[in-house]
Amino acid sequence: MIKIIKTFFIILLISIISSFSNAAGKTEKPLSPGWSFKGFFGTFDRASLQRGYQVYTEVCSACHSMKYLSYRNLGEAGGPGFSKEQVKIIASQFEVTDGPNSDGDMFTRPARPSDKFVSPYPNDQAATAANGGAYPPDMSVLVKARSGGADYIYSVLVGYEDPPAEISLDDGVYYNKYMAGNKIKMSNPLSDDLVEYSDGTQATTDQMARDVVTFLAWAAEPHMETRHKTGFRAIIYLFIITILVYFAMKKIWSRVETKV
Amino acid sequence: MSDHEYTPKSKLGKWFNDRLPILTLGNHLTEYPTPKNLNYWWTFGGILTFCLITQIITGIILAMHYVAHADLAFGSVEHIMRDVNYGWLIRYVHANGASMFFLAVYIHIFRSLYYGSYKSPREVIWIIGMIIYFLMMATAFMGYVLPWGQMSFWGATVITNLFSAIPFFGEAITNWLWGGYAVDNPTLTRFFSLHYLLPFLILGLVVLHIWALHVPGNNNPIGIDIKKPSNDTVPFHPYIVIKDLFALLIFLIIFAFFVFFSPNILGHADNYIEANPMVTPAHIVPEWYLLPFYAILRSVPDKLLGVIAMFAAIFVLVILPWLDTSKVRSAVFRPIYKQFYWFLVADVLILGYMGAMPAEGTYLLIARVATAYYFIHFLFILPFLGKREKTLDIPMNITDPVLGGSAKPSMTREQKQKL
Repeated sequence: MIKIIKTFFIILLISIISSFSNAAGKTEKPLSPGWSFKGFFGTFDRASLQRGYQVYTEVCSACHSMKYLSYRNLGEAGGPGFSKEQVKIIASQFEVTDGPNSDGDMFTRPARPSDKFVSPYPNDQAATAANGGAYPPDMSVLVKARSGGADYIYSVLVGYEDPPAEISLDDGVYYNKYMAGNKIKMSNPLSDDLVEYSDGTQATTDQMARDVVTFLAWAAEPHMETRHKTGFRAIIYLFIITILVYFAMKKIWSRVETKV
Repeated sequence: MSDHEYTPKSKLGKWFNDRLPILTLGNHLTEYPTPKNLNYWWTFGGILTFCLITQIITGIILAMHYVAHADLAFGSVEHIMRDVNYGWLIRYVHANGASMFFLAVYIHIFRSLYYGSYKSPREVIWIIGMIIYFLMMATAFMGYVLPWGQMSFWGATVITNLFSAIPFFGEAITNWLWGGYAVDNPTLTRFFSLHYLLPFLILGLVVLHIWALHVPGNNNPIGIDIKKPSNDTVPFHPYIVIKDLFALLIFLIIFAFFVFFSPNILGHADNYIEANPMVTPAHIVPEWYLLPFYAILRSVPDKLLGVIAMFAAIFVLVILPWLDTSKVRSAVFRPIYKQFYWFLVADVLILGYMGAMPAEGTYLLIARVATAYYFIHFLFILPFLGKREKTLDIPMNITDPVLGGSAKPSMTREQKQKL
């Protein structure tokens, strides 16, 4: 009886393992270029964050909103590290609608650091209509909203190529190696020297992709550096107290002839 | 409840204790005689209490900042993550805390299954435990809906739609649950309300669970009845308190790794996309701790029967004390049961894996076989095994085998064989 059930379980396990190989799809595995913010002590590269912000404002923000971020975040600890003055200047480049004023009228004014990032479209429907029926997703938490995270978004940005001969694409649809289903409605957003970095870094497609993904990773998780630091301290503390409690336990249980 | 009379030392203490015997209760809890051979699998009761308290405290703080409204919920969670002081920490502790809570409860339940803790005279403890487990699942499910992401919305849609399988009243019941004709704002607000209520019901049941435990006392790894207090027991304080604390700290280190270094690994990426009734995610998957039941649900081709099978999978656990006919509690002395026990563990893990996979082809077939085995284990193997299995000799008390002596000559033989 036991033997029958054992064989039965072995067959079950084998069939599970064999089903792994069938599960592989057509899309390629995302690239992993190596990020400074991964790992236990991961921190963001400030210069990369600042360049990434530049790529976002000059390229992505034409279609993609980032509605959960405020301009002040750009100057906060653990972020791109813009100074207070820089943040004020950055914010003032955008126009926001405010009001109503004492006459009951809405008015526009330059944005302040406390304002949220200005969205390119007044609403989701307008964004969808302007982009051929494909809604350009809000980028505030995009890195956390895609399985594969930073690696996946980086891969999509550098994964545009001409479609294989057997695939025909409709107008406004592009081929991407890493996108699920290989079809994407966003045209290749990056090309070499699309932006001019003020710090003299060569703006290759790969460099811009890295920078903007670093920026998006920070935007999705602005407290990551604090989290890593606090986590490291918490775990060291827990280890020490665990060792102390272990010896206290040994001492207490030494009064009984039972091992703990 | 009290084994001996307790009188507080101070006059004030005595005066108060005569009116509200809370000091007697405290004395009972510290003196409570506990088997001295409990292993680390017994520390999960304390760990679970810690988990419940942590969830309640972090949850109350989150509720101060969260907005239960279909248009605002997602944004309010981002507000917590970005602008509330240490909001990210509180939310990640709460979200990962749910997973750690279930990890601990599964270990706690499987410990009970291995050592036969559900058997007479502990059936009521077990049943209360199962009600707690059921309420935990309901609470966790409703909590997962609150961030109002894609998985929240579609998970809620799938699960509430199960009730539409009920004949005649199905549709009316689902509409009543939703507060409308689809999952929407009224659903969100009632889920928030219930998500806040149920943990306190769980807390009450935990008190009953512990109360019921303190009547017969703890089971132990060799599953025998022991004299209390005796040479076989130690007082709860400080012996068990310090041991539980040590185990809790180890558990906390693992907990901390999740919270600080991979806080989103147990969740689904789609839940960071705001709920959209017009877009269905490619795969709708519940949280990992509900996957075995999800697999059972989907492995039955008929919707109503699937729902029945899923609830039966829990109900079969409730009546387990009467399904397992063996008088011997611990699997240590049940060589055949021990093997079936590990088959069940493997079976549940397989079901969990299948729950995460699309219900088609080989996956579906495996899920069906595993579902069938799950019920066969409880409904056929356990009742039959209890009557036929040849169990090993059981020691008379805890101390003797520990010290090398034995109650029966055959015990010595057993021990020599092990050596």
